[in-house]
Amino acid sequence: MTTTSAAPLAADLPTPRRQKGARGPGNERFSVSRTVRYALLLFFLVVILIPVYVLLVTSFKGPGDAAATRAWNLPISWTLENWREAWRTLSPALWRTVQMVVPAAVISSFLGSMNGFVLSRWRFRGANIVFTLILFGMFIPYQAVIIPLNQLVLGIGLPSGIPTLIVLHVIYGIPITTLIFRNYYESVPAELIEAARVDGAGMLRTYRSVVLPLSIPSFVVVLIWQFTSAWNDFLFAVFFSSSQNGPVTLALNNLANGSILQNYGASMAGAVLASVPTLLVYILLGRYFIGGLMSGSVKG
Amino acid sequence: MLRKVRQWGPPLLLISPSLVLIGVFVYGLIAVNAWTSMTDSHTAAQSTGQAPTRMVGLANYAELLDSDAFRHSLKNLVLYTVVFLAGAMFFGFLWAWLLDRPLRFEGVFRAVYLFPMSVSFVASGVVWRWLLNSNQGENASGLNRLFQMVGLDFLQNNWWNDIDVGIAAIAVPAIWQLAGYVMALFLAGFRGIPAELREAARIDGASEWKLYRHVVFPQLSPVALAAVIIIGHMSLKVFDLIMSISKPANYQTKVPAIDIFLLKSQYDYANAAAVAAILLIFVAVLIVPYLVQVARGAKR
Amino acid sequence: MRSQRRSSALLAGIAAASLMLAACGGDDQSGGDQSGGVDTNGASEVEVFTWWTSGGEKAGLDGLVEVFGEMYPGIEFINGAVAGGAGSAAKDLLQSRLQAGDPPDTFQAHAGMELADYIAAGQVEDISALYDEFGLNDAFPQDLIDLLTVDGKIYSVPANIHRSNVVWASPSALEAAGLDPEATYDSLDEWFVAMDAVEDAGMTALSVATTWTQVHLLETVLMSSLGADAYNGLWDGSTDWSGSDVTAALEDFERLIGYTNTDRDGLDWPDAAQMVIDGNAAFNVMGDWAAGEFDAQDLVAGEDYIYFPVPGTDGMFGFLADSFTLPVGAPHREAAEAWLDAVGSLKGQTEFNIAKGSIPARTDANPDDFNDYQRSAIDDFGSDTIVPSLAHGAAAPIAVSNAISDAVSKYTAGGSDLTTFQDELAAAVG
Repeated sequence: MTTTSAAPLAADLPTPRRQKGARGPGNERFSVSRTVRYALLLFFLVVILIPVYVLLVTSFKGPGDAAATRAWNLPISWTLENWREAWRTLSPALWRTVQMVVPAAVISSFLGSMNGFVLSRWRFRGANIVFTLILFGMFIPYQAVIIPLNQLVLGIGLPSGIPTLIVLHVIYGIPITTLIFRNYYESVPAELIEAARVDGAGMLRTYRSVVLPLSIPSFVVVLIWQFTSAWNDFLFAVFFSSSQNGPVTLALNNLANGSILQNYGASMAGAVLASVPTLLVYILLGRYFIGGLMSGSVKG
Repeated sequence: MLRKVRQWGPPLLLISPSLVLIGVFVYGLIAVNAWTSMTDSHTAAQSTGQAPTRMVGLANYAELLDSDAFRHSLKNLVLYTVVFLAGAMFFGFLWAWLLDRPLRFEGVFRAVYLFPMSVSFVASGVVWRWLLNSNQGENASGLNRLFQMVGLDFLQNNWWNDIDVGIAAIAVPAIWQLAGYVMALFLAGFRGIPAELREAARIDGASEWKLYRHVVFPQLSPVALAAVIIIGHMSLKVFDLIMSISKPANYQTKVPAIDIFLLKSQYDYANAAAVAAILLIFVAVLIVPYLVQVARGAKR
Repeated sequence: MRSQRRSSALLAGIAAASLMLAACGGDDQSGGDQSGGVDTNGASEVEVFTWWTSGGEKAGLDGLVEVFGEMYPGIEFINGAVAGGAGSAAKDLLQSRLQAGDPPDTFQAHAGMELADYIAAGQVEDISALYDEFGLNDAFPQDLIDLLTVDGKIYSVPANIHRSNVVWASPSALEAAGLDPEATYDSLDEWFVAMDAVEDAGMTALSVATTWTQVHLLETVLMSSLGADAYNGLWDGSTDWSGSDVTAALEDFERLIGYTNTDRDGLDWPDAAQMVIDGNAAFNVMGDWAAGEFDAQDLVAGEDYIYFPVPGTDGMFGFLADSFTLPVGAPHREAAEAWLDAVGSLKGQTEFNIAKGSIPARTDANPDDFNDYQRSAIDDFGSDTIVPSLAHGAAAPIAVSNAISDAVSKYTAGGSDLTTFQDELAAAVG
């Protein structure tokens, strides 16, 4: 599946003479413009990768070498010690984080899908108000409610650790997933839904057999978004889990800030390790992400 | 009667879990927060009931809005949001525009521009701290040193080490992280513009600029709005970024979310709640127009 | 099981008593607290909440856990550690848990006024009785006991002592500036002369880092300028923050900041120390944990770096201590008491501090177990006047130290002038 599958191929458009400002020999102008574009794109590529360079280079440096003043220099002597240290500290947490993120992403996308469907298709009075009320939940600053939230969680009896985090990520993921799905369903042709209705299918049936299969692109967007958001969450992790049973952000924080002496090299190695899964998701699934977005998910 | 149940039952069933959860975990907590903000619970003793607390109405709000320190935080927040939004929208649009026509390695460019979204600030904080170091000239490190190395000495500046506009420098890592997401939105938007429209405009002899102005931009404005809302609300909650890069104690980069954190740590729950409520109001002001528009536009 | 513990308790009691009698010159502790004296009532585990998750602190904690295991073999140690810059994430979580009525069995906190909030909120217990039971009133210096006592009660057991008023210097930088590395400075004024020389030689005279290190610098200036009594008076109300003495001290502070690196707010303390290590800066004021940074890079004290008390503070020991408390409502109270016993015990303090690089709070430790710096610190701790550190929670409660920190950050960033700075400081404490 490529990004251009669901949309007209840009390559189909007649080219040379329609290029910006083109008046003279089309081909020449076209290639200059192309070169300029490549140059710009390359420039930005390098700019974006600057922090990555520093991150990588520092992760191979020993103490004293791994310092701010030597950020741009290559290591005096390359060492793998930081990576070993980072792996040692982070590996138990990495698997636990996967166990947290996958259920959280899957459950919250189903919830979002159900909500989005109901809110976009079933026109009951107040549907929009309900949607607005759900959406607003996205915007609360979490620091504000963290103490009463902690009391609430304890009151309900949820123990510290991954299961509780899953619950919290699902709950607080409802607004954004609902938003994305609702917008997506707004763009699904009404005929498809109507056809099922005419056949006598109730809402649940319609949802299951007609809508769900149609929703794949949107599911992809939501899954990717929720995956990343839960993977990188730190606030909930600190409050509702511990180093023994928590996700990788906690472990990374322990590595980076756990001692009054800061081990920059290991922190950087750890930062890379902790980012690999989300990185992979974006690299491998990035085009699905855009494809999904393109299918009308966040058009408003 | 039964008919009504059959009509209303399924949608309600699908959506009620979410409604209950949001009701409790969002609105319930907002209510608790609002209540706390109207008490005079400023000390540890009061927080556990060892000392009495009483309701003081809006006194906390009046005091906060009157204090120089909080106004400084608010000013920082506004400045940060403006710079961040402008930067993310500009680069996001630019990259999407550059990538819109077919290009070799499009996938690579897209992946690289998008990947910073997958890196959390707990991970990249230290690197950015180094990069945004304010030393210039001889002792320069970080980006200032880089500028020297490539001959762009004049670009050196104090970054966030400036009490008036320093906060704008904090927008740089934020733009790095999220411009790619804006790009993805715009790319989806671009590709979603029906080819026929572009064709028609070209056939009518429209210049590139006119094409953009009358066809592309209008089609993209819902996308742009959605982007502004989504990343705008993130910027209002900016916290992780400041915690990792400039640290909470620094005056230059004080923002309300940091104030909440510090107030909580000294058991001043009433003021923490008031700051959180003020933040929430800001957010509401930003998104309510959007929600209204979404609600209206959804009436098909 | 019980009788076994009872007889070991008796043995421990006798051993401890004889140890105390033989205090001076300290003997080895093999006959001492082999098993603890607390009747743990069959308690099975103790959750210890700290922010020590790596480096020297973790090593220290591990040492302590070993001793605890020997003293109370039946109790399992549960590590509830959370990392994050001097405990900010940990404190946040702790506050939340205490608020929600779910305290750990014991938690780490800086000894001194930082505990004031927990005390006021009724979240920690008075453990003066435990001090009597464990004989700590005799093992700790009286100065320290006084600083730990709030309204006649004590709420925590210190595991270690760090010193804040230490200058770390680079002999190479000093020589490059034409100064004698062996020179001593009796007052800030003499120090300024040396700093001028360093500046003239083109190097940074004094390196400092982000806000808290600047507060740290401020406290040493206050100590130096005001002297021990007046400095202590800042915290008990007998010294006037708006007075001319404080103004003079702040002027010294202003001058010192003028000698520092302009990118200070963006640095962490190791970066400032690194400037001294690399010879780019001559002096750096930091607590004695800085020694760990120098050692990690295989530097030799006396050759590659030197240290001395902040000029004008000779005879003053700016203390900060990591200590353990007994929260109200701890799920395993007896186990927590057992932990406190281990923390305050000679063996526990020795093992902990050897690994961590600080010194025991007990005066009966054997100096031979420790390295050169630690030995000199133990000496000083025994003879100097002990004053509380501001930047590290001993002198003031959190609300006050946050407000002071804000004032300092604003001032050094150029957001206020000296008069406003002094006013804000006075308001912070008053």
